[in-house]
Amino acid sequence: MAKPLVAFYWCASCGGCEEAVIDLAEDILKVVEAVDIKLWPVAMDFKYKDIEAMEDSALAVSFINGAIRTSEQEYMAKLLRKKSGLVVAFGACSHLGGIPGLANVANKKEIFETAYKLTHTTVNPKGVYPQTVTEIPQGKLTLPEFYDTVKTLDQTIEVDYYLPGCAPPPDLIMNAITAILEGKLPEKGSVLTVDKALCETCPLNKSKPDKLAIKEIKRISEVIHDPEKCFLAEGIICLGPATRGGCGERCINANMPCRGCFGPTKEVKDMGAKFLSSLASIIDVDDEKEIERIAESVLGPIGLFYMYTLPSSILRRKQGV
Amino acid sequence: MKENELPRIIGFLCKWCSSAGADLAGVSRLKMPASLIPIRVMCSSRVDPVFVLKAFLGGADGVLVAGCHPGDCHYQSGNYYTRRRFALTKKIFEELGLDTNRIRLSWISASEGHKFVNVVTEFTENLKKIGKNPIETEVFL
Repeated sequence: MAKPLVAFYWCASCGGCEEAVIDLAEDILKVVEAVDIKLWPVAMDFKYKDIEAMEDSALAVSFINGAIRTSEQEYMAKLLRKKSGLVVAFGACSHLGGIPGLANVANKKEIFETAYKLTHTTVNPKGVYPQTVTEIPQGKLTLPEFYDTVKTLDQTIEVDYYLPGCAPPPDLIMNAITAILEGKLPEKGSVLTVDKALCETCPLNKSKPDKLAIKEIKRISEVIHDPEKCFLAEGIICLGPATRGGCGERCINANMPCRGCFGPTKEVKDMGAKFLSSLASIIDVDDEKEIERIAESVLGPIGLFYMYTLPSSILRRKQGV
Repeated sequence: MKENELPRIIGFLCKWCSSAGADLAGVSRLKMPASLIPIRVMCSSRVDPVFVLKAFLGGADGVLVAGCHPGDCHYQSGNYYTRRRFALTKKIFEELGLDTNRIRLSWISASEGHKFVNVVTEFTENLKKIGKNPIETEVFL
């Protein structure tokens, strides 16, 4: 019997998700044995035209990581959707927008100006910016169009399943691949992990007091964290209460608070707003001036509350830019 | 905003104080601009920041959250939660490029019909100056 055909593709991402596939270690041999990889730009040499030449739905499954930021990524996402039976959004960026999605606090013009003009290490006296088409004597050079707004994968194409995480943990990847090969998949649109908040499985949960009450919001660098104690009880912001679990508490076990890469649980529409609500509940201060001071002490609230979820939030981007 | 045009304000009023205050303004036949669309909630702390954001996406020009005076909450401490949540919501609002003058938190008791009228009138005048909610007209996706 012919092996099922599989594609891995990357859009606006760091490459960590590709690394996560490699992190399957010996298990990757089982994967390679069971499937035939047709496209994997980071690891193997295939051409887009080979994919274009395939019949529709010829690929069993495409794993697409990264957010959608340029026209090339949009084109490939749409192409792979057409050629695949299943599309899995792989990792936080394609699932929720991820770190590249934080660029939604700016627009294309601001980003280009910063990257190609204003940074101290850039010398660009003529103000040359990337163009989609450049004429040179040898012919035409082209670059993809850079969009103003970063989108998640499911804002671009229909997505069947989501593998959350930055990057997805190897055990979840292996579970997902096994489920696909055996045809034991959950309901379409599912996030392939548990639907419970991280706090439920957090090893520090038992140290959490019955009623959390903090007087001050602190940064992790400002305190000596007791590895046995709940971060929120110490006044350090941890997104555990608003984040989906199943990640294996990798950050918590490394003495770092949760930053929310698994995204919200199923019913939550806007993770940042949800966490903001829960944070407001545990601040134990009633004086008006004092509350405003504490609100001011939250540095970069978008980067904190919406670190991985800005493009998938209700507003999706900063308004008026 | 045109001369006679009124802004649209979504008002989340707590059942025990502010909503009763609005009723008092009504039965006392006090005059105020017809700009507020009231939504009665059991407590001002029921107002999730998502409600506020959704109201703006739906085209509201302003959002008013009103509850009992601090110390007078029917549920002991609900309005303190509201106050903290509001402070943080304002911060998010600024960062997302929305005008914080479009959201307002007020304490209005059941006996303060006049205060309710003053708050609505003042908020309406302020919103008239700021103009229409830009989200409605801008393509932002």
